[in-house]
Amino acid sequence: MTSTNGLAIRTNSVSRHYLMGGSLVRAVDGVSIEIRKAEFVALLGSSGSGKSTLLNLMAGLDRPTSGAIFAHDRNLADMTADELARHRSHTIGIVFQAFNLLPRMTLEENVELPLRLAEVDRKERATRVREAVQRVHLEPRLTHRPAEMSGGEQQRAALARALVNRPTILLADEPTGNLDSATGDEIMLLLREINESLGMTIVMVTHERLRAERFAHRLLQMKDGKLVSDGAST
Amino acid sequence: MKIRDLTELAARNLREALLRNSLTTLGIAVGVASLVAMVSLGVGLQELASKRLSSSGLFDAVFVSPKINDRGFGRPPRQTAGSPAEDRPLDEDARLQMTKLPNVVEVYPEIRFSTEILYDSNSYMTMVAGIPDSARNGGAFDGMKGSFFSSPDADEAILQLEFAKQLSDKPDSLIGKEITIRYAERQAIPPDNSSKAAAKPPEKNAAGSGTTSAATDSGLSAGFNVIPRQAKLRIVGIVETEPAAGFGGFGRGRVLIPEGPAQKLSAAQQNDLRDILRASSGNKSSGHAYASLTVRVKRPADVQATEDAVKAMGFSVFSLLDASKNLRLVFSVFDAILALFGSLALIVASLGIINTLVMAILERRREIGVLKALGASDGDVRKLFFAEAGAMGLVGGVLGVFIGWLIGRGLTLGTNIYLRRQDLPDIQISSVPWWMVAAAIAFSIAVSLAAGLYPASRASKLNPVEALRYE
Repeated sequence: MTSTNGLAIRTNSVSRHYLMGGSLVRAVDGVSIEIRKAEFVALLGSSGSGKSTLLNLMAGLDRPTSGAIFAHDRNLADMTADELARHRSHTIGIVFQAFNLLPRMTLEENVELPLRLAEVDRKERATRVREAVQRVHLEPRLTHRPAEMSGGEQQRAALARALVNRPTILLADEPTGNLDSATGDEIMLLLREINESLGMTIVMVTHERLRAERFAHRLLQMKDGKLVSDGAST
Repeated sequence: MKIRDLTELAARNLREALLRNSLTTLGIAVGVASLVAMVSLGVGLQELASKRLSSSGLFDAVFVSPKINDRGFGRPPRQTAGSPAEDRPLDEDARLQMTKLPNVVEVYPEIRFSTEILYDSNSYMTMVAGIPDSARNGGAFDGMKGSFFSSPDADEAILQLEFAKQLSDKPDSLIGKEITIRYAERQAIPPDNSSKAAAKPPEKNAAGSGTTSAATDSGLSAGFNVIPRQAKLRIVGIVETEPAAGFGGFGRGRVLIPEGPAQKLSAAQQNDLRDILRASSGNKSSGHAYASLTVRVKRPADVQATEDAVKAMGFSVFSLLDASKNLRLVFSVFDAILALFGSLALIVASLGIINTLVMAILERRREIGVLKALGASDGDVRKLFFAEAGAMGLVGGVLGVFIGWLIGRGLTLGTNIYLRRQDLPDIQISSVPWWMVAAAIAFSIAVSLAAGLYPASRASKLNPVEALRYE
């Protein structure tokens, strides 16, 4: 057995199959990868290649049909629903392409939400929220609702929300997909800064190879649910 | 998630769909209001009936009389031989002993005697009855004209309306007037005079009435003289129906006087003859024996224990305990039926909660996915929906209790307007005690939570990946 020291995520022949209209879809099919701590990995592939499904499996939002998926040596496939919820709350931070901020909450309230779910002491919450919002440079927008912010600001707000519980792994699903090029670069710079300053492991799903090559340490290419290439970025 | 956070998030969610949630909550409020109105009516009527019956002095009283051995008409005598309390007289000693029993409020004798009333140069024969001061609060005198006795020893009288009508065409005008009562005073004869008195024929007194002596012929005990007397009493009130101050008290007296003067007058009563017979048979007694005593207890629930204790003292007892129990049973069934009908509206309202929350799941599908992605467990999501259902139940319950109380007030008001037109006193037909407020709100929350079970369970089982994909 290989040593898992220094690994943030390890998948072992992980598969996710499901039935759609009577036919079997192999969204992820026997993927084995190892992602080291503090590594910035880009998961590339075309639409339907299975990259987002693999990201959901790493997040514990979905369960594999077969195989194992380890986060800090704990097999997510063996976890109960409550344990997976704790995993998402304490170990993982997630950002989505569509930001997924709650529209009726202010930035401050959106960022505070994971702290409520993690039952963090109220006195500590304000500090943590301020810290996360400062990191994404959104202090002036604290009392603003998502509709009052630009796309880039919303994604930064989502990033602050993902960071507020101080996770060790940040999973980003097409974080620049809804942004223009310049704003997308701002987000990527932020991700790199977070990766470098906090030593946080980042797995980013994207179909923008050039951007991935600019910012990520390593590129994983997926096609039809399988891992087709694994290499360092140029 | 902590309760405070859960509450805050639930409140925020409820505020978001304010109109829909308000309408659902109003539905619950109407359900609770119908329940409260129905049950408050049942409870109010029960309280009204209980109050009326309590004021009759029947349900919190034990009526005591001496044991009578003469079964008569061929029936064998009661087997009481060997009993220490055999043939015990109902005298002052017995009365004091009963006063000391637990939960006994008062013990008073039934004083009732024939009298001749003189008013406005006319004479009327009727019965006078002594009324204990406790009757003041019993409710029997609630609708009376004038006032209750100023003190337990006042030389005052309250007339029964029918009798007052005999005295005057305008009964109300009698209040404040004086009447003279003529009665036979029972005057004890000292033992050394008893035989002499018995030997003498009746003498005439100054008033020209005959003086009757009654005594034993053996000198074992004193007898008594019966002397005509008269006393003046001021009329202070007129009561419509005569309050029955004890069992056997129905139709007791049409002129009511305070217990103090009633005892002080020492009027000859029907049971005096029994005293003489008892004295002549050599039965030891501390003096005058009562025909009957009324033992008033704190609550109807104390009647049974008191009844048993007095029975053990060697007296015959009677109470309307069983009748009281049946009354409570009837009203409990009545209340249950009313509550059942009232609950139907609340159950219909609970369908509104299910509908509202199921709609909320569809609308907030993506939000549920986000919450789960951020670390919410299935339990957190379930609790959130439960909290929203419970909050609607709480607000609907509080509002419903208030509306139900208003309906009850309206019913009472309407009834009293009708009663006033009939020249009858006001009554309270609806009652919302604190236990009902608490029970109605608790029931509302419970029904709402039950209604939230399915939506909460459905929301908690949402697949986060599918929920996040939902547009």
